[in-house]
Amino acid sequence: MPTLPEAIIIGAGFTGCALAHDLSLRGFKVSVLDRGEIASGTSGRTHGLLHSGGRYCVNDQEAAIECIEENIILRRIAAQCIEYNGGLFIGLNERDQAYLPHFMAGAEACKIPVEQITPQKALQLEPNLNPALLSAVLVPDGVFDPLRLALAFAATAVENGASFFPHHEVQEMLFNGSGNAIGVVALNRHDGKKYEFRGDIVINATGAWAGKLASLVGIKVPVVPTPGIMVAYNQRLVNRVINRLFEPGDGDILIPQRRMVVIGTTSFEVEDPDYIPLDQDQIKQMYDCACHLVPAVSQTLQRGVYMSARPLIKTEMTGRSLSRTFKCYDHKESENIDGFVTITGGKATTCRAMAEKTADLVCSKLGISAICETKETPLVSYRKFFWH
Amino acid sequence: MNDTIWTIELKIFRQRADAQRYFQTFQIEINPDEYVLDAIEKVWAFHDRSLTFRHACHHSTCGACGMLVNGIEKLTCITSIRSVTQNNGKLLIEPLRNFPVLSDLVVDTSSMFKALEEIGFNQVASLPSACLPYERKTLEHERSEYQRLVDCIECGMCISACPVSLTDSNYLGPAVLAAAHDASSQPLSNKILEIVDSRDGLWRCHNAFECSAVCPSNVEPGLRIMKMRQTVIAHRIKKLFSRG
Repeated sequence: MPTLPEAIIIGAGFTGCALAHDLSLRGFKVSVLDRGEIASGTSGRTHGLLHSGGRYCVNDQEAAIECIEENIILRRIAAQCIEYNGGLFIGLNERDQAYLPHFMAGAEACKIPVEQITPQKALQLEPNLNPALLSAVLVPDGVFDPLRLALAFAATAVENGASFFPHHEVQEMLFNGSGNAIGVVALNRHDGKKYEFRGDIVINATGAWAGKLASLVGIKVPVVPTPGIMVAYNQRLVNRVINRLFEPGDGDILIPQRRMVVIGTTSFEVEDPDYIPLDQDQIKQMYDCACHLVPAVSQTLQRGVYMSARPLIKTEMTGRSLSRTFKCYDHKESENIDGFVTITGGKATTCRAMAEKTADLVCSKLGISAICETKETPLVSYRKFFWH
Repeated sequence: MNDTIWTIELKIFRQRADAQRYFQTFQIEINPDEYVLDAIEKVWAFHDRSLTFRHACHHSTCGACGMLVNGIEKLTCITSIRSVTQNNGKLLIEPLRNFPVLSDLVVDTSSMFKALEEIGFNQVASLPSACLPYERKTLEHERSEYQRLVDCIECGMCISACPVSLTDSNYLGPAVLAAAHDASSQPLSNKILEIVDSRDGLWRCHNAFECSAVCPSNVEPGLRIMKMRQTVIAHRIKKLFSRG
């Protein structure tokens, strides 16, 4: 019997967990290492919006189509951690009204099932909306629990033989005589000892930290950590996701989650995403945006504030574009290091698609013909991750 | 806006594998409107990279970051520094009680997750059934076509605070019993009945209500345990009279 191909994934965020799931189904023996735990970085700190694609249907239709396709797939395979009540785009001024026809045309072009309703009907559905709204469009948005979604992918990977090594910080990469990657050395932060992990392919799935990890071996990956702020308030004032009917901007999405609503977000660049201090001015900015969408936010208490560092790709650099939303770098092509691949960028809603395309690349590199099965495979209970 | 910076001292529980436990002290400067989890992350980022702790969502939906802050269970991501100490003050940070420590502030909660899974507790429920039994329901709450993630975030803080869990490791614990109550909003299943109507189940609770006091998420495990006892007794009485 031929031995199984072995993959080492660095990073246990959405990308790493979904990729572990995909590669395990394709017959790989997968090891996932993370210096923290599942979703300790950007993934855990997303606002949890399961995009309908509406946010991008005017400016970036490729991303919008990807979102609606993945939205439908995730609702099917990961319903255990998704509250699906749909969403609303609301127009609040003339600028938004002028955007409405573009939005409707974009949604149709991207096959996003939307429905324009009257402001009165919108207020019946969501009584806490700003009563001055001029237009409203229903979209198939949802909300997921970030940690549990990542755990569900991880648990399913584990069921199929993958191993997860949380609190293992990669410190060195191992190379063979021809300079190709054959594994990594990681520090187990529980016991303070170093361990070697060897495999046929090493995948850097560290998102906003991808540049930092690649620099360990002197490689440049053009990822800029681009944090945004999220503020949670202590009342569930809406049941649907409320979006501003305009181009993507600051503080334009208010999502319900458990007994809260969460508003996001902003965008600025940092060099090191390890610790991002809370910006008090941005907290005020988010509060104002939230009150504009749903005035009753002014009667709630702030419950939490957090910063999440998106992995934004500097587009002028080279790299194989699998989609405009995320990129996969085969370091054989750029630096002549075989056995080392970096996947970064993307958004939570499309994590399964990112994993599929990365796994396709890994398989073609290793001459393996297995096909992707993640679209049809329901994820097992996220809790199963804890007792393997 | 508020640019105040406080100097605070964090005394953090440290344990690596089977080595001796000790406390380590760090002094940091931080805006008091940031949260205890931010302070711990700052210690890790700038003072000691070997510190292990668990965190994910940073806004009380995932339940990963429960710890003891000055001896009391707190969800550290929503506990502002201002609410637990003062300028030049101290913070004592320890892992949750009643779970094995894996290292530093990380505990092994797998037994709780296993029990929650056995109960068949779902994280997503219809809006009416996701509310507490005594809650005043608005028109919105009656709309069963809406669903939402339930209140229990499986943080384990109620088990950490429970005096019975402290003395009896076989006790199912408040989180699991509350989940059973939640899962049994429909007629009581024999499976759930068997799990909760047992020596290590409902009847082991001493009504200390520490669970409800520390719950960051409105679950009210204490109340749910009492409600569940009523349901089980009603079930027993019914059974007594229905015997042919």
